[in-house]
Amino acid sequence: MSIKINHLTHVYNPGTAFEKVALDDVTLEIQKGEFIGLIGHTGSGKSTLIQHLNGIISPTSGEILLDGENIHKDKTKLKEVRRRIGLAFQYPEYQLFEMTVYKDVAFGPTNLKLTEEEIHRNVVSALETVGISEEIYEKSPFELSGGQKRRVAIAGVLAMNPEVLILDEPTAGLDPKGRDEILQAIKDLHDKRGITVILVSHSMEDVAKLVDRIIVMHRGKAAMQGTPKEIFSHVEELEQMGLAAPQVSYVFAELKKRGFDVPTDVYTVKEAKEVLLKLAKQVKS
Amino acid sequence: MIRDITIGQYYPAESPIHRLDARVKIVVTFLFIISLFVVNTLAAYVCVTAILGVVIKVSKVPLKFMLRGLKSIVIIILFTAVINLFLTQGERVIWEFGFLHLTWEGIYMAVKMCVRLVLLIVGSSVLTLTTTPIQLTDGIEYILRPLKRIGVPAHEIAMMMTIALRFIPTLLDETDKIIKAQQARGADFDTGNLMQKAKSMIPILVPLFISAFRRAEELAMAMEARCYHGDEHRTRMNVMHLENRDYRAVVLTAVYLVFVVALRIAGNYLPFMI
Repeated sequence: MSIKINHLTHVYNPGTAFEKVALDDVTLEIQKGEFIGLIGHTGSGKSTLIQHLNGIISPTSGEILLDGENIHKDKTKLKEVRRRIGLAFQYPEYQLFEMTVYKDVAFGPTNLKLTEEEIHRNVVSALETVGISEEIYEKSPFELSGGQKRRVAIAGVLAMNPEVLILDEPTAGLDPKGRDEILQAIKDLHDKRGITVILVSHSMEDVAKLVDRIIVMHRGKAAMQGTPKEIFSHVEELEQMGLAAPQVSYVFAELKKRGFDVPTDVYTVKEAKEVLLKLAKQVKS
Repeated sequence: MIRDITIGQYYPAESPIHRLDARVKIVVTFLFIISLFVVNTLAAYVCVTAILGVVIKVSKVPLKFMLRGLKSIVIIILFTAVINLFLTQGERVIWEFGFLHLTWEGIYMAVKMCVRLVLLIVGSSVLTLTTTPIQLTDGIEYILRPLKRIGVPAHEIAMMMTIALRFIPTLLDETDKIIKAQQARGADFDTGNLMQKAKSMIPILVPLFISAFRRAEELAMAMEARCYHGDEHRTRMNVMHLENRDYRAVVLTAVYLVFVVALRIAGNYLPFMI
């Protein structure tokens, strides 16, 4: 299961005063089981890109190949594409509408016309994955806390059993606890179930901690891609694009400047801890 | 798809028409609409159409946008045409069946009414396409001001209109987003019978209502936090004042009205159907 994007271009409102090129000749490939981080400043084309991946919007030119097959070739298969590629929009809790949490999560699998049993299995498993306990199943989704709502909404996408999960800023506006719970759930999905994950995020820390590969969008183009270490070593370019490297890396750059013998490619707090402990020992002895 | 709906349909461009004072544009549009009911010969309608054409040309708004407003009233125009065609009494009968009769007078009447309707819509589109919604409501408030004395809450009406207009694009965007989100969950809005289609609207309408109420509440709070209160002693950021070009527009309109009345009088001496 791989996704190939060939020369994808998308223009909003073509031929009017509001014309805007959102994607400009983007070519990318995403392999099965990858954990991708998609970063870029607001308006760089990230959201437009991910909406193409499950055929919610159609390209102006170019194509999206899912296992080598153009997803727009057969319109009747679009539903199947949308099942295989689950997309959770930004603030997904605004799409909740059912009377109970259970029914809302069941909306997706019901649309797929699964059997009663399968629906039940999918719903329970999705809700478990995001850490929603059974006593909440029959509550109204509108009574829940912000973090719970968000998790229920993501479960609504998971319940369709997607092979690829795309999340558009799943932690925006959540408190630290809510954020950690969601990120942990996503990590588990990737590590245990082997789901391909595409995470759109403005948090360089989260991206550095979680993903295998980063794609940087800038002005509708895929400006850079590579491992977190590769990408974050280009701090200046990132800053020019209105982005940054993770906070810790600035600490290490400053330490280096002040004459300490530390590596400058430290991007996660965990790594930082180890390096600093080592440094502390050296300084003592 | 959902973006095709144009209310608050301002088309940004740099043109003399765009720069005119909103109040002048509203009054001129109003007078133009009245003038459409003054003229009554085809020749006169050709003149009025030509004048409107010049105004559209000057406004730099593509004709396509001007004509878009007609899409929604096609049925009304067709209905008017059919009614006039078959139910107009007249001497010069072409065909008759029961109470239906096709006469030259009927054809003449139908053409006139349709042209009148089209000019009416396109004429008011010039106003809405060249004036931002905010300018428009400000203008309306100003024009309604004299009615305050008899208890018409002019400021409140204008405020509500501003807010409503302001939220149309926001809610359209929101609708678009919700539709996409539900589609991503396999929702299907296009197939099935009428009942199923109506039911498939629920996943869109419920979130849309919730979000509209949420936005209304947030806006009310934000307004109160900034000590908003009605119109007494309220000053404006953009004070409207008339420029030379506005006076010129008024003079041109006056000339136009005289011309229209002249056409009407001349019409009495023209042969039938011209």
